[in-house]
Amino acid sequence: MNDTLNITKGINALKEQIDAPTAAFFSSCVHCGLCAEACLFYTETNDPKYTPINKVEPLKRVWESEYTLFGRLKKALGLAKPVTDELLAEWEPLIYDGCTLCGRCSMVCPVGNDISTMIRKVREGMVASDHVPEGLVGASTRAVKIGSPMGIRLKALQAQIKHIERDTGLKIPIDVEGADYMALLSSMEIINFPEYIESLAKIFKQANVSWTLSSEAFEATNSGIQIGSSDIARELVQRIVDGAEKLKVKYVISPECGHAFTAIRWDGPNLIGKSYSFKVVHILELLDELQQSGRLKTQGMEDKKLTFHDPCQIVRKGGVEAQPRRLLSQVASQFVEMSDPGKMNWCCGGGGGVSANERADDVRLKAFNRKKSQLEEINVEVLVTACANCRLILEEGLEENNMDMPVVGLSELISEHLLEENAVEGERDE
Amino acid sequence: MELFSNANDFLLWVRGDAFNIALGLFIIGVLVRILEIFLLGRKKDFSEARGTQWGPGLRNIVSRSVVDNGTFKRAPFVVVVGYIWHICFFIVLFLFIPHIELINALLGIQWPGLASQLVDAATVVAMVSLVAMLWHRLTHPVLKFLSTYEDYVVWFVTFLPLLTGYMAFHRMIDPYPLALGLHILSVELLMVIFPFTKLMHAFTLFIARWYTGAMMGRKGIVS
Amino acid sequence: MNKKTLFESLQQQGITRRGFMKYCTALTSLMALPPSMIPMVANALETAKRPSVIWLSFQECTGCAESLLRSHSPTVEGLIFDHISLDYQHTLQVAAGDAAEHAREQAMKEHHGKYLVVVDGSIPLADPGYSTIAGISNLDMLNETIEGAAAVVAVGTCSAFGGLPQAAPNPTGAVSVSSLVKDKPVINVPGCPPIPTVITGVLAHYLTFGSIPELDNLGRPKVFYGQSIHDRCYRRPFYDKGLFAETFDDEGAKKGWCLYRLGCKGPMTYNACATLKWNQQTSWPVESGHGCLGCSEPNFWDAGSFYKALSIPDGDYAKAAGYAVAAGVAVGAAAGFANQKNKANAVSQHTKVTVDDFGENKDK
Ligand code: SF4
Ligand code: SF4
Ligand code: SF4
Ligand code: SF4
Repeated sequence: MNDTLNITKGINALKEQIDAPTAAFFSSCVHCGLCAEACLFYTETNDPKYTPINKVEPLKRVWESEYTLFGRLKKALGLAKPVTDELLAEWEPLIYDGCTLCGRCSMVCPVGNDISTMIRKVREGMVASDHVPEGLVGASTRAVKIGSPMGIRLKALQAQIKHIERDTGLKIPIDVEGADYMALLSSMEIINFPEYIESLAKIFKQANVSWTLSSEAFEATNSGIQIGSSDIARELVQRIVDGAEKLKVKYVISPECGHAFTAIRWDGPNLIGKSYSFKVVHILELLDELQQSGRLKTQGMEDKKLTFHDPCQIVRKGGVEAQPRRLLSQVASQFVEMSDPGKMNWCCGGGGGVSANERADDVRLKAFNRKKSQLEEINVEVLVTACANCRLILEEGLEENNMDMPVVGLSELISEHLLEENAVEGERDE
Repeated sequence: MELFSNANDFLLWVRGDAFNIALGLFIIGVLVRILEIFLLGRKKDFSEARGTQWGPGLRNIVSRSVVDNGTFKRAPFVVVVGYIWHICFFIVLFLFIPHIELINALLGIQWPGLASQLVDAATVVAMVSLVAMLWHRLTHPVLKFLSTYEDYVVWFVTFLPLLTGYMAFHRMIDPYPLALGLHILSVELLMVIFPFTKLMHAFTLFIARWYTGAMMGRKGIVS
Repeated sequence: MNKKTLFESLQQQGITRRGFMKYCTALTSLMALPPSMIPMVANALETAKRPSVIWLSFQECTGCAESLLRSHSPTVEGLIFDHISLDYQHTLQVAAGDAAEHAREQAMKEHHGKYLVVVDGSIPLADPGYSTIAGISNLDMLNETIEGAAAVVAVGTCSAFGGLPQAAPNPTGAVSVSSLVKDKPVINVPGCPPIPTVITGVLAHYLTFGSIPELDNLGRPKVFYGQSIHDRCYRRPFYDKGLFAETFDDEGAKKGWCLYRLGCKGPMTYNACATLKWNQQTSWPVESGHGCLGCSEPNFWDAGSFYKALSIPDGDYAKAAGYAVAAGVAVGAAAGFANQKNKANAVSQHTKVTVDDFGENKDK
């Protein structure tokens, strides 16, 4: 029995989470069931327990019995439904395995409930009562203790940098004080998609961007956000803030990775309780800006039929929707949208920590069927996205379903089409 | 009838004391619920805003009334019947002349009404759509799963005023003071349970939509 | 003299058989009976004895009696009145004082068990002194008089339902006849005043059939009170179309639109005005441009303004709303602040979570 984290703390954490919007949301739900139709975990399993509003039942009970007059009366009379350890144990898989915090339900609810944000709040209670999946505990622990959820240390990054510098002849600046931009990376990019780092180096060189990496704060992802612990998330964000302040940069660049963007761009300042001394931009925002201002020039077009998978945290929760489309229009001649594109896009199934939680593998693969049928509708050859996590999940899902289709990061795609002003024609071939 | 010596006595009570009690409970309940919501407050947001909150919040209040195409295709019944129900209900509530008189007496505002036959037709459609919604709630797996006793109580208490109003209009209950009295009483019942149930959505959905729209606006997402 | 049948008495006045049949036809229609009933009515009248009628006037304004007696031309009402034996009516009779009271006692003795009592006006119970006749309280006189009566006809809303004297605050403690008379049939003929034709129609029914007509649950004869004003109102098509006069002199009023918004209580009022009309069928209130007041209904004086639509509550809802707003704000603020405290408390009890706290990591 764990004595540090327990049900009392869990309920207390839920009490801390409830604010005016939460109260407005619970007051408004009419049990219409539409949110179920928005959630890939319901649509692909047909199991009603995955209905988004059902997932926040523990929070609802706390709200009702703590923050409404009628509910307090019911509680006093012993009529309130209590939040018990058993309840939280039962709900844990719904909260962690059956929700990617994709936010789609929040777009559909007719009374305007932001259910996804409430699910994030429930996770705080789950953490405080120790109802968390093993995978996420591991990731968080590695993030706090090693510096990266995947256990990647600076040495590994340095090795990758060395490789890239050798392969491209480009310099990857590190710990450059006074640079304009400090770029962050996600572990997955370092390990699985180092092309991203290479792309940055190429693009920034052409666009003449003054940038650097930080040896103390290169990891952008935040397992604290995924597991749902503000305390852990704060510690991780603080490292980035410290790193950026130390190097006195004006901007911090969030990598493609969606939840990293949410963590650093939107949640970070609130976790540390103050505004940053720097600005945070998503790499797609920056690329778009560079391209719009003429600093980034591309040449040639992909002529394969391709589509773009909007990472939920970037589009629906991050507000970056037009940028990838403008960028794609520069480098792809046969871009087609999936059904429900942009802010209504369907999640890949692996966000919100689900991909780090092996227990969720089965349901995640089921949920992928949504993406599969979306892709089947349009019959494309290439799938572009802008999140290393999405990319891995998509690759895995496609493979599982025997769909042969390359998944490409948008930043890389852009870097592949950089106009090589001084280059001899033909030097740059695919 | 022991409590009332006759139907007129009953009507008198319903239009008098009972209405005052119902109105009082309704106002107190709604105000308490709304104050409880607002006083919980929101934490100050330190992240750098990409857009404003007010405009998108207000926009979302309107735009949430239209469902996205994909969801419509997945749940056409809820959407279509939901629209029909709400539209007909608003016609009945706000465009029947006797109701306009009531609103004018209470709030001092009025607008033109509709011919009673049209309101009558809307009443029938509203009742049919409510029955259809009940049937759907009892048969659809998600709705069956989500529904609590409160959903059914609210359904019933919402249905009653339509039914009694229809019966009073068509003078199906004798004598008329009894019919009218029952109709008003059923509305009073609705007013009394209103603040304690999901009926509150009629007010709080504006708050909910605004908060969500404001959050989206802040992040630069089109609400 | 009273032993004569109605037919005999008519014959004495030189009315022919043909005239008698005409009279029966009129009477049949007055009672809202089908023409096929005419022979039966004639047969009944040929043998009917002139009944003795004792008319008691309590807390009333004489409007009801006026309504009945002011009709000029020879009418069916008139004929009926000529042919009942009105043995006591203190406003009309020549005799006064002891002589009058004597007449009443005489009639009661002679026709014991057979006479009709007509009452107009309500009975004060708070203090008998509010209304006495020859030193006898209304209550005593009523009890005394109905003792040998065959039936009681409560004419006018005061006597049928309490009427104006009973309106709040009811200083005299006025009550209706039916709330006092439990062991005799009571026929309520409400209206403020009732339509004269209705009064005589009820009397004619008793005269003809020797029984009381079918009554609704307020004791009113269904033939006259079975339908509401609204159901028979000629302005009803405007109501259905949603065309309403909004002031007494607007276009709608001139076009004869429905008077609902001007407070017409026709929808809840059961009376025969819309069909029988008033003043020898000349017109009736709604026709002359004023909404129905609901005068044939209980409590009509207390049912709110005559000029407020029926759908408007008649309590002091503005005051109730005012109190409720104040209470709602107070309770809401108190609850809201309690919630804030509750939440602040939770925040202060927060214990920082570190990764070492997870059971997973502890097991290791
Ligand atoms: S956030 Fe996404 S995954 Fe989670 S409940 Fe909502 S729609 Fe489903
Ligand atoms: S869509 Fe909104 S109102 Fe409908 S059940 Fe879900 S949370 Fe409730
Ligand atoms: S005028 Fe009065 S009785 Fe006539 S239709 Fe209108 S509301 Fe009914
Ligand atoms: S119209 Fe109405 S108020 Fe007027 S006399 Fe007839 S019943 Fe009475």
